[in-house]
Amino acid sequence: MRCEAQDLRLKTMNTDQTISQQQIWTWLEEVIDPEIPVLNVVEMGIVRDVEFEGDQVIVKITPTYSGCPAMNAIEVEIRKKLKEKGIVDFFVKTDFSKSWTTDWMTDHAKKKLKEYGIAPPEKTEMDDDFLASLKNKNKIVPCPFCDSLETELQSEFGSTACKSQYYCHGCSQPFEHFKCI
Amino acid sequence: MRNENLRTLISRLKTYYMSTFDTRPETREEALVETLLRLADDRLILGHRLSEWTGHGPELEEDLALANIALDMIGHAAALYAYAAEIEGRSDEDYYAYFRDDIDFKNIAMVELPRGDFAFTIARQFLFSTYSYFLYDLLIKKVADEQFNGMLQKHFKEIKYHLRHSREWVLRLGDGTGESHDRMQEAFNEIWMYTGEMFAVDDFDEAAINKNLFTDSKTFYDEWKSFVNDVIEEATLIVPDNDQYMYSGARRGRHTEYLGHLLAQMQFLRRSYPDAEWK
Repeated sequence: MRCEAQDLRLKTMNTDQTISQQQIWTWLEEVIDPEIPVLNVVEMGIVRDVEFEGDQVIVKITPTYSGCPAMNAIEVEIRKKLKEKGIVDFFVKTDFSKSWTTDWMTDHAKKKLKEYGIAPPEKTEMDDDFLASLKNKNKIVPCPFCDSLETELQSEFGSTACKSQYYCHGCSQPFEHFKCI
Repeated sequence: MRNENLRTLISRLKTYYMSTFDTRPETREEALVETLLRLADDRLILGHRLSEWTGHGPELEEDLALANIALDMIGHAAALYAYAAEIEGRSDEDYYAYFRDDIDFKNIAMVELPRGDFAFTIARQFLFSTYSYFLYDLLIKKVADEQFNGMLQKHFKEIKYHLRHSREWVLRLGDGTGESHDRMQEAFNEIWMYTGEMFAVDDFDEAAINKNLFTDSKTFYDEWKSFVNDVIEEATLIVPDNDQYMYSGARRGRHTEYLGHLLAQMQFLRRSYPDAEWK
């Protein structure tokens, strides 16, 4: 049975301690994305839901990119974190019902990305005619270092599945762009 | 006498093949598993072929790009296998990738062909990504299964990236130097007889189509052809003859010899050490 209320309490290893769903969300914010170490898994939009089912905590996560090798590491880190906080009975479930989009990333997270040197994703646009749009020029991505618009796409694929590679003619620096999907 | 033996052998093989493959999916679950495996096998095998480029790409960016696409495709396969495993009550999806033989694989022959040169790899990626684009676009509108549909929507976003990548390379190589132009043309000529399988619909597909779990790929053949023709012509290349002999039967286990070799490499470790674990 799913419990909706936020203030539901759950037994942990220390039997006198009780916790809320909000507490679990806060703990999960301590789990850092291994590929982008300035963001946590909640800001990334990877954690979709925290539910209590009886005495069990269910954490629903969704992969960013299908082939992202960090997903397994992230799942292991979430498990470690819950254990560390004394949760005895938990289940990390991968949920595919809604596909991850960069629009789920918080504004704060996008700001942190830029400060880290990665051009953040723009808002996704509905491409009604994707095939025709292939003939259009690529969108201009501002340089995260000097904000120049004189940038050039070098490769759609970067060091991780979620990033593409750009070069800035303003400050002569290569940089990465978080692809918007 | 030898003819007699041959005839006996053929009839035995037929019985074997019939019993192995010709059990048309009847229930909704059977049709769903068949569909999931057909989609997943295409993606696993092509993903594996692409992964062979890792460390051998023509330039660093392209090495990364091909590895990225390979990861996506294997990721798509893993998700589809995991769902099939859930339905069939298997403990995990590894069974499908590591413990089946070549005749059990349901992929089309095009994806199992050796990687060839870079032009061949690009020609295959382009033709397959275009097919996947139209197929997924329709499936998303049709498939009445929430979990399956969710996966398709996720994969569709990535397929668009894959298509953009290979389309640009077809144009760059086709309309490039004399050498790149000739190699790109040769690649399309060579692969063309394997494109027919993408649009062959058998009674297994029909079982799934009737249950709103799959779609008839013939319905988007004209769109596929028109898009592919436009790009090939824009790349100053000639579209190969569509009326030529087309390979068929791989989805029902009649594969080229290449698949067995691929599986030998891919499955060796897992079959030799079935309980091996990353430590």
